Amino acid sequence: MKHATNGYKVFTAFNILFMIFVIVITLFPFIYMLAVSFSGNSAVLRGDVLFYPIDFTVTAYRNIMNDAQFWVGYRNTLIYTVGGTLISMAMTVACAYPLSKKQLPGRGPLLMFMVFTMYFGGGLIPFYLLVRSLHLINTVWAILVPGAISVYNMIVMKTFFEGIPQDIEEAAQIDGLSYIATLFKIVLPLSKPVIATITLFYAVGFWNDWFNAMIYLNSNSLYPVTLYLRNLLMGAQLAASNGQGITSGSEAAVVPQTLQAATVVLVTVPILCIYPFIQKYFVKGVMLGSIKG
Amino acid sequence: MAGKIRKSLKKYYQLYLLLALPVIYFVLFKYVPMAGVVLAFRKYRMGGSIFGEKWVGFKYFQMFLNDPEFWNVFKNTFVLSILNFLIGFPIPIIFALMLNEIGSSFFKRFVQTVSYLPKFFSSVVVVGMIQILLSPSSGIVNKIIEANGGHSIYFLTEAAWFRPIYIASDIWQFMGWNAIIYIAALTSVNPDLYEAAEIDGAGRWKQTIHVTLPGIMPTIAITLIMSAGYILSLGFEKILLLYSPSIYDVADVLQTYTYRLGIVQSNYSYTTAVGLFQSVISLVLIWGVNKFSKNVLDTSLW
Repeated sequence: MKHATNGYKVFTAFNILFMIFVIVITLFPFIYMLAVSFSGNSAVLRGDVLFYPIDFTVTAYRNIMNDAQFWVGYRNTLIYTVGGTLISMAMTVACAYPLSKKQLPGRGPLLMFMVFTMYFGGGLIPFYLLVRSLHLINTVWAILVPGAISVYNMIVMKTFFEGIPQDIEEAAQIDGLSYIATLFKIVLPLSKPVIATITLFYAVGFWNDWFNAMIYLNSNSLYPVTLYLRNLLMGAQLAASNGQGITSGSEAAVVPQTLQAATVVLVTVPILCIYPFIQKYFVKGVMLGSIKG
Repeated sequence: MAGKIRKSLKKYYQLYLLLALPVIYFVLFKYVPMAGVVLAFRKYRMGGSIFGEKWVGFKYFQMFLNDPEFWNVFKNTFVLSILNFLIGFPIPIIFALMLNEIGSSFFKRFVQTVSYLPKFFSSVVVVGMIQILLSPSSGIVNKIIEANGGHSIYFLTEAAWFRPIYIASDIWQFMGWNAIIYIAALTSVNPDLYEAAEIDGAGRWKQTIHVTLPGIMPTIAITLIMSAGYILSLGFEKILLLYSPSIYDVADVLQTYTYRLGIVQSNYSYTTAVGLFQSVISLVLIWGVNKFSKNVLDTSLW
């Protein structure tokens, strides 16, 4: 790099432009959603909206916020995200900690027993029939329990636990701490980065899920907000293919686009707000996961 | 032997206690459905056992193997997977290599952070954005086409547009995330190698080919095996949201087919057979690629 050739200088200029292009392309859809959601319907239909709202209005947001179903959905999403993440974390720690002890008899076979499920599974239908035969359909447990442990996340956590110096734990055990006490008093406090990472992985998964909710739940009162958005999109699609717009219950007919965009924004905003603070943990997760590979 | 087991049980009982619930979880939610594939060979009765009631052998396999619709779905799955793989696999590597050449570390970090943001959006959010961006009446893409004298395109109901939309949105959503692992591998390439190459008169381009690429080759091999094994697991939630009967011809893939015929229409045995067929192909693929990689590239998953 000390002796940059002319060719390399041209490349560098192109490269910087390319990276700016990547940023714009990545962010544009979201900026466009924001712009559309705050614009007047006719401005959107005319195609005037690009980077910022035209005929600024909050009608779309008002309409959504007046819809009780939206708030039910948001509340459910919060419950599923918090509840599901707690269950998943408890199960994943309980699974990863014993398996991080190389001296544990039976560790190898148990690991194989779990890892095998990453490569082979029964598929959608046997799983669905199982959930149904356990009478979990249309209960919150159908969302919280079936995906409780991700083998990938468990292995990331196990790898981290294995990296904690054994003598710290052994010293604690000489002082009379049991394994479970060691886990809570020594190991978990030393594992904050991996705990944060895996918690976030699970939380994002629960926050974003709509498919499980769609197949396992059948009453509006249990639907998460992602399913609310999905039904809105499907409705709009249906209306579009029938050649008619959707009108909301209120006096003002709302073009689906502004309404859809506003819902997209409201579903995404929590993730966007915390993203700058948590993104480093996600990267850490990838690193921890790749060590094993 | 028995004494030894008793001794280790006593010593490690707390660890086994912790493992109890996870093991029950794996048996119940992973291995029971795995045993449930037996339904592919047995007739299901509504409200009956999830393992079926009466042995029918390969009847359901014969049914789908003789069904032209199945073969079309099968073809769609392969074509979309392979296209998505051929285009989607090298792009994060190229992106990582290019990002690696950026001098300013602040700018580099900023680009990287922005690039993997979309990974955290729900498929329903991504499809919502696609619908709004591509809307025939008001979407910005069609407005631009119209402004340039073209006619607005019904992107989501035209079969020819399905694959480009699927692949482009996948790149948009996952390029940055998939690049993380390569970016990390790039930082661990020994800087002495670059110096040596420079002394030998290699320019940046030659250094990339002869130093950087070999340096990240093991990482590429591992991701290659992983992707090959999961090649049939397309982002089926996205397809489910994107497709409509008018484009089933190209958009319907094995998972959406299984979902529609199984969960919506309750053909449980038939779709279990289709699912099993797919799982076995995936397993063979990952095993084969792993073996190949072990012999040729000297890297493997197990």
